[in-house]
Amino acid sequence: MTTAAPPFGLDLGALKTAFGAAIVRQAVSCGDTIVWVAADRAHEILGWLKNTPGQEFTYLTDVTAVDYRDVELPLEVVYQLRSLGRKVDLRVKVSLDKTKTMVVDSVWDLWKGADWLEREVFDMFGVHFTGHPDLRRILMWDTYAEGHPLRKDFPLRGNFTRAEQTRQALAANPEAYYSMEELSIVDAFDELPEDMKRRLAKGERGEIR
Amino acid sequence: MSTRTVELELATPGLDAAGRPIRLPLTAKKGSDDEFGAEHMLVNIGPQHPATHGVLRLVVELEGETVKRCIPHIGYLHSGFEKLGEYRHYNQIIPLTDRTDYLSPMANNVCLALAAEKLMGIAITERCQVLRVIACEMSRIISHLVWLGTTGIDLGAFTPFLWSFYQRERIYNLQEAWTGARLTTSLTRVGGMMADVPEGWEAGLRDFCVTFPTTLNEVDTMFTRNSIWCGRTQGVGILSADEAINYSLSGPMLRASGVAYDVRKDRPYLGYDSYDFDVPVGEHGDIYDRYRVRLEEMYQSNRILEQALDRLARLQGAPINTADHRVILPSKTQAMSDMEAMIHHFKQVMEGVAAPVGESYLGIENPKGELGYYFVSDGTAKPVRWRIRPPSFINLAVLPKLCEGALLSDVIAINASIDIVMGEIDR
Repeated sequence: MTTAAPPFGLDLGALKTAFGAAIVRQAVSCGDTIVWVAADRAHEILGWLKNTPGQEFTYLTDVTAVDYRDVELPLEVVYQLRSLGRKVDLRVKVSLDKTKTMVVDSVWDLWKGADWLEREVFDMFGVHFTGHPDLRRILMWDTYAEGHPLRKDFPLRGNFTRAEQTRQALAANPEAYYSMEELSIVDAFDELPEDMKRRLAKGERGEIR
Repeated sequence: MSTRTVELELATPGLDAAGRPIRLPLTAKKGSDDEFGAEHMLVNIGPQHPATHGVLRLVVELEGETVKRCIPHIGYLHSGFEKLGEYRHYNQIIPLTDRTDYLSPMANNVCLALAAEKLMGIAITERCQVLRVIACEMSRIISHLVWLGTTGIDLGAFTPFLWSFYQRERIYNLQEAWTGARLTTSLTRVGGMMADVPEGWEAGLRDFCVTFPTTLNEVDTMFTRNSIWCGRTQGVGILSADEAINYSLSGPMLRASGVAYDVRKDRPYLGYDSYDFDVPVGEHGDIYDRYRVRLEEMYQSNRILEQALDRLARLQGAPINTADHRVILPSKTQAMSDMEAMIHHFKQVMEGVAAPVGESYLGIENPKGELGYYFVSDGTAKPVRWRIRPPSFINLAVLPKLCEGALLSDVIAINASIDIVMGEIDR
């Protein structure tokens, strides 16, 4: 990895001026520009990159995460941004401490396309996205108990024995979900996140037709 | 917490005295105008259902025949390819890519080789580039033909299915002659190709290029001004350009909404900027426009194939593999007679090809949209992370929005228009 000048058309000067110390590091690898930003300001920075004239990274190509083999390295959430008009790409990374609960603000309010991508990162890496409307497992099933498969501490064949995996798979009854009652938030009220409870109390309502 | 229950976000008519939400009434109130009663109904479609194009499960909440909500459930075909890739050498990952988007395996092979080459900084030969372009465009044609045939069947037209599958069979025969396999092609290698095309193969593809547009013209005659087809597709599943960008859509889904973004044009790879072809763009963003875009893309792919065949004839006998013996096995004669070549052979087979520390993302224009492979390397022969940016997965995420307020029968049409392949969605 080098710290060479970013490719033509990509000026990170404005980003650094606007956010200063929140831009932790930058690098160029294989011609791709990478910027590490502080986790608590990631949402703000991504919103700025999307909406500021001259930046216009309106297209969210991908959201994913990387867990390194080196246990001392942090887990990284990776946002691939693209400006369709300016034809430049930017990779924004957020480092998270694996020893604590990993939390980062959801960018669902900026890009609706982040919905499933963030669910996948949650499912595979256990990163929580604050403000995501429907953060639940997507590729693994709801009751999957072995952990988060793409973490490096997750063995290739899973945490459980083959017999236990088979037993759980046979006991799973996916068709039991989404009975009409389960579609209501009434039963889930006790488990609702605090911000959703607050929004309810303030009088905010979902659409009922 | 069990977040499953939060789907109907904040949907309650109000709070009771204790501040808890009141249950949403599931039946119409007595004395309401709706004399038939408006009980919502849950319909489960799939996972084993021909119209879901694979093991996709849709839970649809209906009011009468109108869709109130559509909740897709995926993961039935999850195989953990990304995890498996972390335990394999770069070349050993290529067979995994066959099995993700299994309707266009050769294009996936090409993308993987390009991403690994970008990571390792390897330049490929000109003949290899042309062969890869041919592989990509053949894949585009067969993938779009499957889409055309199955969507026709979903909407009640059987004949175009037979026409398109007959043409698809011709490409499959060519694919089999080239790679020895009809589906698990594993065509590329890092730094080159698994094999050059066999003798006389170009004539077969040339014959296909000449006769294939006839079938497209027939489909055009059958569908484009057909009142049933237009009635089922025009104005259904509309998505504006801004929405399409906001949902990160790519490929024909994005272009049908009027965004002229094609990776082949905007960030050319394999020398696509030197080919003469057009990028069709829709204007309404409905199913009909997606059909028109895909139909036109097949004509354009055919044009690219013809140009690539001309170049291939000029490059007759040129090497398909790079001369870099760090990544390409030396010939058997060399390995048996030259010490250095033997060491290269030994190291490649025993240790694999080590990539330098770094990371690379490379996206190509696959039939379904932008397929991207993102590699992170820590300097060993196996990637730390191999991420697939799956176009079908991201395109499918827009289905709940497209289905809202549509009729149940439109759900089938809308789902078909997205052109999904479950192997890639579930990975």
